[in-house]
Amino acid sequence: MGKKLLVIGEARDGVLRNVSFEAIAAAKKIDADGEVVGVLCGDTGMNEQAQEMIYYGADRVVTVEHENLKAYTPEGYGQAIMAVTEDESPDAIVMGHTAIGKDVTPKMASKLETGLISDATGIEQEEDNTVFIRPIYSGKAFEKKVITSGLTFATIRPNNIKPLERDTSRTGEVTAKDVDVKDIRTIIKDVIRKASDGVDLSEANVIVAGGRGVKSADGFKPLYELAEVLGGAVGASRGACDAEYCDYSLQIGQTGKVVTPDLYIAVGISGAIQHLAGMSNSKVIVAINKDPESNIFNVADYGIVGDLFEVIPALTEEIKKVK
Amino acid sequence: MNIYVLLKRTFDTEEKIVVSNGQIEDEGAEYIINPYDEYAVEEAINQRDTHGGEVTVVTVGDEEAEKQLRTALAMGADKAVLINTEDDLEDGDQFTTAKILEAYFDDKEADLILAGNVAIDEASGQVGPRLAESLGINCITTITGLEIDGETANVDKDVEGDVEKIETPLPLLATCQQGLNDPRYPSLPGIMKAKKKPLEELELDDLDIEEEDVEAKTETVDIFLPPEKEAGRVLEGEVDEQVKELVSLLKDDKKVL
Repeated sequence: MGKKLLVIGEARDGVLRNVSFEAIAAAKKIDADGEVVGVLCGDTGMNEQAQEMIYYGADRVVTVEHENLKAYTPEGYGQAIMAVTEDESPDAIVMGHTAIGKDVTPKMASKLETGLISDATGIEQEEDNTVFIRPIYSGKAFEKKVITSGLTFATIRPNNIKPLERDTSRTGEVTAKDVDVKDIRTIIKDVIRKASDGVDLSEANVIVAGGRGVKSADGFKPLYELAEVLGGAVGASRGACDAEYCDYSLQIGQTGKVVTPDLYIAVGISGAIQHLAGMSNSKVIVAINKDPESNIFNVADYGIVGDLFEVIPALTEEIKKVK
Repeated sequence: MNIYVLLKRTFDTEEKIVVSNGQIEDEGAEYIINPYDEYAVEEAINQRDTHGGEVTVVTVGDEEAEKQLRTALAMGADKAVLINTEDDLEDGDQFTTAKILEAYFDDKEADLILAGNVAIDEASGQVGPRLAESLGINCITTITGLEIDGETANVDKDVEGDVEKIETPLPLLATCQQGLNDPRYPSLPGIMKAKKKPLEELELDDLDIEEEDVEAKTETVDIFLPPEKEAGRVLEGEVDEQVKELVSLLKDDKKVL
């Protein structure tokens, strides 16, 4: 008999995040013949999301609907997910390594007294062992890790494990689990939206990142225009953040976010080792810099030596033509 | 207020990583306080200066970590604790560290425990939230603001760029995100004072821990470096030619447009 694999899905603004589908594919890598049970928490509209999980490969889905699950709180989601986990006693649990995944999974692991492999970018089978591959030292190296005792429990980094094809002919049961979600101790008073236009850095397929060479907060404008035509997000080096050209939430590097988009365009970034750690595993890297000796050219697939304030607008126009 | 900081000694961010025999080569490497833990130390000092009380910095590691503890004392922490596992444990994981800390905190009355949200080496981000769960105290990860008013903490939490304003009662374990504060450099008088501040060393025995109670649940079976990138191509010609060529390469060769 195959294993029972719990996949915790996660929605943003009512829409399931792509990493939830990637987590289903990840669970299948742990056991191709396993039964994938999706878990969803929220306050409304759960059936639609559950259907999506099934289209992406979940065999069935358990939903927990409660007014206290409208927004994520560690207590609320913790209670709901733990209740389903106790019901199902799975062999493995997989979730995205997102703000919610990072917050809730260590607490679950503590309760369950299990190991947890965070931020996996790959899963392989080696001699009956499930081996998780994960970056360490912000991607300067990778480690292969196995669970030696108890439940298999992992979070996966967005954008690294390919989801299965969406197939609307897939069917599966959706059941609602009643959980009395109570004692919420962390009260969310307000949410201030600062993230740019909904494209999250960690999930973006394209990132346009600026460094000190961008020279000012105003200088980032052409970068935002380029990111917009590419459907991508804007990031920054530590230098640009320290100089207050942009918010620290945009910082990419060993401190800051580690990203692996399909296309990374580094603009006016010299390529300090601490920045390279955060982006050098991107699939294609383009560097635009005035200084031909910049370190960034060593990791770039393509480089343009020139004035970014000329190159970026020209590039934006050219991409508009082919898009 | 009784404030604790969880601190980890890590490689300097400028270090190149060398791997031999599936292990990270650590000879000659420079070490620092994990940068995210520095925010925790700074915040702890500021909160103490506002509300009174004491800051204790705790690390699980080996003797070498004394240097980073002294740095935290020089920044302004009052006491340091080194839980030295060198003689008792070969390998540990986040389960191990959280269990050891749980035993340490068993008889402590902490109002506030601060930690980095992630360590820049193994980057699991687990130990803080694991510990909070086992101590049964509130936990907020990736904070960028903290104001304490009596028994209530008002916290700014970074959620992938957005900010949640959260209210929660103490005791609290919070993990610190960049943007929370600007960690100070130790001053010379601070460094002198730090030499005389108490640094307690504990072993597992002192905490009544049996090795098998904290045995790791995971194991690293190999470490390797990412494939070296081939040197890239610098495009030539006028700006419009370079841009045209770049777009065609990205679209047709790499298929990322």
